[in-house]
Amino acid sequence: MGIVVSNLTKKYGTQKAIDNISFEVKTGEILGFLGPNGAGKTTTMKIITCYMAPNEGDVKVNGISIRENPEEIKRNIGYLPESNPLYYDMPVLEYLEYVAKLQNVPQPEIPGRIKEMVKVCGLDVEKHKKIGELSKGYRQRVGLAQAMIHDPEILILDEPTTGLDPNQIVEIRKLIRELGREKTVILSTHILPEVEATSDRIMIINEGKIVADGTAETLRKQAQGTEVLKIQIEEAANRDEVFSALMNLDTVDLVDPVPDNDFAFLINSKENISSRKAVFKLCVENNWVLTELTPLETKLEDIFRELTTK
Amino acid sequence: MKAIWVIAKKEFSTFFDSLAAYILLVVFLGLSGFFTWLYGSDIFFIGQATLQPFFGVAYWTLFFFIPALTMKMLAEEKRSGTIELLLTKPVTDWQVVAGKFLAAFLLILVALLLTLPYYITLNFIGNVDHGAVWSGYFGMLLMSMAYISIGLFASSITNNQIVAFLLSLFIGVFFLIIFNVLANSFTGDTALLFNYLSLSTHYDSISRGVIDSRDLIYFLSLTFFGLLLAETALAKRNIVE
Repeated sequence: MGIVVSNLTKKYGTQKAIDNISFEVKTGEILGFLGPNGAGKTTTMKIITCYMAPNEGDVKVNGISIRENPEEIKRNIGYLPESNPLYYDMPVLEYLEYVAKLQNVPQPEIPGRIKEMVKVCGLDVEKHKKIGELSKGYRQRVGLAQAMIHDPEILILDEPTTGLDPNQIVEIRKLIRELGREKTVILSTHILPEVEATSDRIMIINEGKIVADGTAETLRKQAQGTEVLKIQIEEAANRDEVFSALMNLDTVDLVDPVPDNDFAFLINSKENISSRKAVFKLCVENNWVLTELTPLETKLEDIFRELTTK
Repeated sequence: MKAIWVIAKKEFSTFFDSLAAYILLVVFLGLSGFFTWLYGSDIFFIGQATLQPFFGVAYWTLFFFIPALTMKMLAEEKRSGTIELLLTKPVTDWQVVAGKFLAAFLLILVALLLTLPYYITLNFIGNVDHGAVWSGYFGMLLMSMAYISIGLFASSITNNQIVAFLLSLFIGVFFLIIFNVLANSFTGDTALLFNYLSLSTHYDSISRGVIDSRDLIYFLSLTFFGLLLAETALAKRNIVE
């Protein structure tokens, strides 16, 4: 089931939480929603899950508008809200049963679904405890279990890995990846490696507007434009000689000496050309020993910072 | 309809999980039993086989107890954020309010059923006016419905349980006493209006054994109106200017 968001605007008072955003999520796609706090991630999710009505624009899930038939849409969505609210005085199993019934899971299937969720989310040890007695990580698992109990076509997870320890984070990411093969998943986070690890597509949102949209690679290319190489040379006689030789290469735009190291340089290539071969040949011709040749990638962190701090 | 029942069942078992139900039942039965059988103008003091003393006590105990039951029902969900969880399931705002109403009503029903032994005992003591007893119970149920809906409305507009409790008492006092007082101090149409609004007037006429459609309509519309306001308060998040 696909989601089509068109021209969505939501105001709180006079402040625009999201400002005329449009995007599309296809079936089986995992969309990572990135953005600083207050960027509008949660608001967008609340609108897609039919919790709040937008001021303008529309969301269509599987062709059904949130304004027409929210009940039908809610049936196909599993939602884990941001702060993972739960009924602390309810035991885990009872709570899952309650949610299953609310989601109209047919009565005979309920025990099987609960069993599966307990297994998938690793709740077996804690399943008889009250939710309030669980640690934060286990509560988060209960939150995930209730979101998936009715085997929804669409999963919307608002910061699904907060409060989990590193092992659990790996497990949950794996789970999301697996789910994402058949289901449509939107997850929000501000942990950057997480989106890279889980998502097919990354969307960065800032101050209510989409500032970047694409796979991790396309975002990198967009942000970087030109190739940057870090090289290190040993046993060369003269630093200036090396420097000027590098500068004279056709493909090279700019050479920066690295401050603390005499024979290390940062080479910026001209647009859309790689200087790797030329640098290697130059070293061979001059009998310089090339000990390092690393293309520098712009990190997702840098892209994120650049796009969201202007 | 199914969703209402699912929510009602969950709320009902929450009452019993949190001790609230036991405390309410014990105190309700204790107070009403004490004043019906043992103290003050009890049945033996009056010397008549009537449940009037019981209804007199229950009238006031329910006035305080129902707000205590309903105060957390929506306020707590809003405070803890679970309302978001609930409303993103395939249920409507109305089903949530109706489910909670039903749960509170069932608990009051249980409380009143547990007082039936009073009635049975009384049957052994003397000739009971059966009509008066049943209409008394009927009036209690109608009044409880109205209080529950007022309580749910109060709970729907705040995140704070105490505020919800006090607010529903405040609104309750108007219907129970103040409208009646106003009706007596005005004349003409104003007096009639306040007299109509006063809950105690309608309750009195039902508990006397006169079941008039006007009283029924009064209680049912008061209940419906309270629930409608509660639903509106929940749906406020959807309002866009």
